[in-house]
Amino acid sequence: MSTLSPTSIPLSQPVPIPLGEVLPWAIFAGLILVLAVYFVGAEEGALSIFSGMYVHEFVHDGRHLLGFPCH
Amino acid sequence: MTGKLLLRGMIAGVVGGLLAFLFARIYGEPLVDFAIAFEEQAGAAAGEAAEPELVSRATQAGLGLLTGAIVYSAALGGILSLAFALVYGRFSALGARSLAGLLALAGFVAVILVPAIKYPANPPAVGSPETIVIRTELYFAMLLVSVLVMVAAFALARHYWGRLGAWNAAIVGGLAFLVVIAAVMLLLPDINEVPENFSAAILWRFRVASLGMQAIIWSAQGLVFGFLAERLLAGAAPAARRLSPA
Repeated sequence: MSTLSPTSIPLSQPVPIPLGEVLPWAIFAGLILVLAVYFVGAEEGALSIFSGMYVHEFVHDGRHLLGFPCH
Repeated sequence: MTGKLLLRGMIAGVVGGLLAFLFARIYGEPLVDFAIAFEEQAGAAAGEAAEPELVSRATQAGLGLLTGAIVYSAALGGILSLAFALVYGRFSALGARSLAGLLALAGFVAVILVPAIKYPANPPAVGSPETIVIRTELYFAMLLVSVLVMVAAFALARHYWGRLGAWNAAIVGGLAFLVVIAAVMLLLPDINEVPENFSAAILWRFRVASLGMQAIIWSAQGLVFGFLAERLLAGAAPAARRLSPA
């Protein structure tokens, strides 16, 4: 590779995104996204942040069909 | 760049969620209705009073299902795009579309298929409320182990890449994944709470419909996100474009 001229660098040679840029996104957005999955998948089932059954009943069919344990 | 990728991952997720909603509406809802009728019949036979409806069936099967599918799929699409941002160019030399496709496929196997084989999806009427905590714990334990073993299998395959070549290294990683997962499945307890006279055909179709819904979500994410990410990353590297021979 080192003997080749720069003009032959392939078009799609992937350049990594700096870790310092990815990590804050991965941690904070990742946390919020996991929380969103939790609300569809498990809130008011095995665990509860809100009391009552409204969230559970509202996403009920989705929860069953997406394969989460329910009831 | 990560934020832009995240946005595209979530857009791909919304597309997948919409398609999965349509699929679930047609193939899943009749089975849910059947299971609820079974549940009510069994309840009435046992002399229990009918449960009051907190949310109507029409809402559950319509807006509720749509919301659930889109929120779930958009969140997963976002997580997939964050994994993509970490792996792209760092642990993988694949182009954007190939990497998005591979990540979605590996994600589907690790997050959906493996846990579903051990603890498959159940319609209403299957599963007793008293065991919801232990069932949820076991399901997420299986999911977590499956994801960690998948990551380890890829690391193993990369390790042998230079010595064995891509094909054989992938076989080593794949075999290691299968052996460890099979052992874990043997160790974790089984759950079977299917009522004795519940239709086996309905149960089978429900589980297939559940996997179908997930297959749609993950395929749409891999393909739509790959398309969007490729365009984004190609636009971000105009220098490389200019240098390459046309």
